[in-house]
Amino acid sequence: MKQAALLPILLLPFLAWAAPPPGSVNEDTVRQIAAQLRCVVCQNLSVADSPSEMANQMRGIIRERLKAGETPEQVIVYFVDKYGEWILLSPRPQGFNLLVWVLPFAGIAVGLVAITLMARRWSRRAAAQPVAETIDPATRERIRREMAELEP
Amino acid sequence: MNSQAVGAAPPAAESRLWRRGKWAIPLSVVPLLVLLAYGFRTDPRAIPSPLVGRPAAPFSVTLFDGGRLSLLDLRGKVVVLNFWASWCYPACYEEAPVLERGWRAYKERGVVVLGVDIQDTEEAARKFLKQFALSFPNGPDPTGKISVDYGVYGVPETFFIDKTGRIRKKHVGAVTEEVFTREVERLLRDGG
Amino acid sequence: MIPEIGYAMTAVALGLALYGSVAAAVGTKTGRPALIQSSQHAALGTFVLIAAAMLLLVYAFLTFDFSVRYVATNTNRGTPFYYRITALWGALEGSIILWSWMLSIYTLLVILRYRSRQAEFYPWVLSVMLGILAFFLLVMTVPAPPFQRLTPIPPDGRGLNPLLEDTGMITHPVALYLGFTGFTVPFAFAMAALITGKIGDEWITTTRRWTIVAWYFLSLGLLIGGWWSYHVLGWGGYWAWDPVENAAFMPWLTATAFLHSVMIQERRRILKLWNLTLIILTFGLTIFGTFLTRSGILSSVHSFTQGSIGAFFLGFIALVLLGAFGLVAARGHRLKAQGELDSILSRESAFLLNNLFLVAAAFTVFFGTVFPLLSEAVRGVKVSVGAPFFNLVNIPIFLALIFLMGVGPLIAWRRASPENLRRNFLYPVAMGVAAAALFRLLGVANTLALTCFGLVVFVASTIILDFYRATRSKLRNGERLLPAMGNLLTRQNRRYGGFVVHLGILVIALGVLGSNAWSVQSETTLNRGEAFEIAGYRVRFDGLAASEESNHFKVTGTFSVANNGHPLAVMYPAKKFYPQEQTPIAYVDYLMGLREDLYLVLGDFARDGSQATIKVQVNRMVTLIWLGGLILTLGSALAILPDRKRA
Repeated sequence: MKQAALLPILLLPFLAWAAPPPGSVNEDTVRQIAAQLRCVVCQNLSVADSPSEMANQMRGIIRERLKAGETPEQVIVYFVDKYGEWILLSPRPQGFNLLVWVLPFAGIAVGLVAITLMARRWSRRAAAQPVAETIDPATRERIRREMAELEP
Repeated sequence: MNSQAVGAAPPAAESRLWRRGKWAIPLSVVPLLVLLAYGFRTDPRAIPSPLVGRPAAPFSVTLFDGGRLSLLDLRGKVVVLNFWASWCYPACYEEAPVLERGWRAYKERGVVVLGVDIQDTEEAARKFLKQFALSFPNGPDPTGKISVDYGVYGVPETFFIDKTGRIRKKHVGAVTEEVFTREVERLLRDGG
Repeated sequence: MIPEIGYAMTAVALGLALYGSVAAAVGTKTGRPALIQSSQHAALGTFVLIAAAMLLLVYAFLTFDFSVRYVATNTNRGTPFYYRITALWGALEGSIILWSWMLSIYTLLVILRYRSRQAEFYPWVLSVMLGILAFFLLVMTVPAPPFQRLTPIPPDGRGLNPLLEDTGMITHPVALYLGFTGFTVPFAFAMAALITGKIGDEWITTTRRWTIVAWYFLSLGLLIGGWWSYHVLGWGGYWAWDPVENAAFMPWLTATAFLHSVMIQERRRILKLWNLTLIILTFGLTIFGTFLTRSGILSSVHSFTQGSIGAFFLGFIALVLLGAFGLVAARGHRLKAQGELDSILSRESAFLLNNLFLVAAAFTVFFGTVFPLLSEAVRGVKVSVGAPFFNLVNIPIFLALIFLMGVGPLIAWRRASPENLRRNFLYPVAMGVAAAALFRLLGVANTLALTCFGLVVFVASTIILDFYRATRSKLRNGERLLPAMGNLLTRQNRRYGGFVVHLGILVIALGVLGSNAWSVQSETTLNRGEAFEIAGYRVRFDGLAASEESNHFKVTGTFSVANNGHPLAVMYPAKKFYPQEQTPIAYVDYLMGLREDLYLVLGDFARDGSQATIKVQVNRMVTLIWLGGLILTLGSALAILPDRKRA
């Protein structure tokens, strides 16, 4: 339950991109909830985006349940209860699903480590040759530019 | 261009790490292939319902013939709850006669066939009912509340509910004579 | 007759391709140039046969020959003329013919260009390309033959998928496939390099232009796909992270990484193994993408029919990946890095980070796409991985990449001194921060938007600064302004072509930012004569009209639109009812503008035309995405210009 509450919070900054229409805050919440649910008759669209009739009805049900006093988390739990985890357009970051959330960032971390190690290995080779700073920057820049022009 | 000489460095300096681990590169592909092969056995469109085995959500419909019917009224009977639409071709058109026949055969034995029409217009629905001369109770679900309550994601879908009001089976797609008879007989035999 | 002739053509082409592939390999291994020659003839033969088969199929389409099952499934007597031609690639079987045809053209181009030059590589390149062509011809002969006979011959066909009756769908597959198949060439060269053991830098310099061209067409295909999604599907978006979109995006990401890292290998002689891996991944991902959209293992917008075709593609993927990576393992020890890296603060570093983030993004997209399958295999539970996940994980990565776009081209090789950093980045960083502050003052509160905007200005400033300095130094040498600028662009076309491409990406980034952050939408039901206001527009419902088209029935709504009081236009969103489809297809009408688009989708309506529901969207800055695509085109064209050396 705690993790289910985490999900809307995680997504809130991105869902806040949609500028609120003049008037009801309620509509905004409807869209935010609908954006997390998968439209069941479409391919990979959210209930918020889908033009289908089914999505329309689902938005109506979200609206109704919010009016009846349910919190956004409760509305989402209701849909998951009826359709299963599949209806969430983004997997809950818990249990096995953590894999999909964590691996990309873990991969980046591993990559950064690998790059640092490789860089160290290569720079050891160059340890004997210090770079001489005897030419002034402007001339160096000009040389670089003219060298670049000569490149294939 | 001296790239060839530069590229083909003497192989004597092969690093230990490389020698030990190099075959890991092609081998790492294998788990992926296994996963993709597994994908052939699954149907991405078949979503298992979490509602099977749980009490059926209560609802009531206004019937096309007039009057209201609530699911609670049908407690004690076997209920075949069928979600359909007039635009659902060909599946709903195939199963309508099956349901009608099933209704006629079993209505004296404590079985009710109840049809819920979703995402449809009244005119088209009535035309459908007339075309198949459906005599079992049918009503529309104008807001989609009932269909979402049952986790419906397409039409047709049929739920077989036992006498205690529990959903025992969900059938996606057109119901055949065989499926109807088998499920209904099973739930009739079931004490409770 | 036609089914049989067509089928025979594809079968013979398959035989020729197989023969050619073997002949080229044997010919070079045993030193018999005559075999290589005959392999070339075989390649020519396959091209002729495939082209003839395509023409035959088009003829069958144009003459309503429903004895060919593909024709019957994809057109009917009402399909308009031009869509009957493009229906050729409207479904699975035809798409394979298109792919094969493009492969055969690329093979011919390789023959014409390299047969007298790259004596060592060339026969292996030919062999690999013909082998790949043979696979696609095999698919055309066994699991997905376009020339299957249909008996009995139906009086009318089923009709083209109505979503494909659009100009976007005419061009999108062509561009996309030119991109996909284009990567076969650098891949074949990489294989040739591995097989011959000549894994120097030659294979990279030779294939540089092919890679850029293929990358460009892939980019174009993706953009047209987004354009099609935007103006046909009716949800007002251009990217949904659908598996098939991801399938094309993944190779684009690795190809972009490859484009950049070959620049390093060329200049610094490092990352050789990595580049081989990247091109194998890129090519592998193009096949994987094709597999995803045809095997039916994932549900998506594009799902073609299933059947045994998935097994064929999986087998081919296995062959390609295991074979290619096996070669890498066997020959990799010959690769030695020759360069040095002095400091993390260097251009090498920037490029390495660029690669890291691009591959990380590709991995994210890949893992997210197959995760539902993995979850089902391991847990037995189906989950969905959609837009919220991909956006959340990829946005930081893309922002980092935008930052690197500014740093990379200007930072020094090997080690960037503080002097170098100050000179190149002080102004751009200041501009970026100032721009973000300005927007904050103008009322933009969203941190993400501010960051993105600041980064875009930062990168743009680096580009302008570089161009300005280069022009100034030329002016100091006595050249005049316009010729100086022109010479810069043409003499250093690789560098400035790259800059223009980066500018295009920046414009696209702005479009994505604007459309996500500031678009508004609303849905409402109007009676005839009633109007609705949103974002300064006033939309009035005037009525409905029904019409009978050649293959569908159409209901068109008339809506008068005014902006801030001034009448703007009359718009006609419609709903099209095709007999072979269960639900109607929306026909979107929109007014395209630089700052914003007004986008109308017709929903439910009353039969008598007294009432209609419409969804109105004001999509901000979407046009920038298409504009960025145009700039990208110019940049790519500049980058592949023939080199002009100084006299």
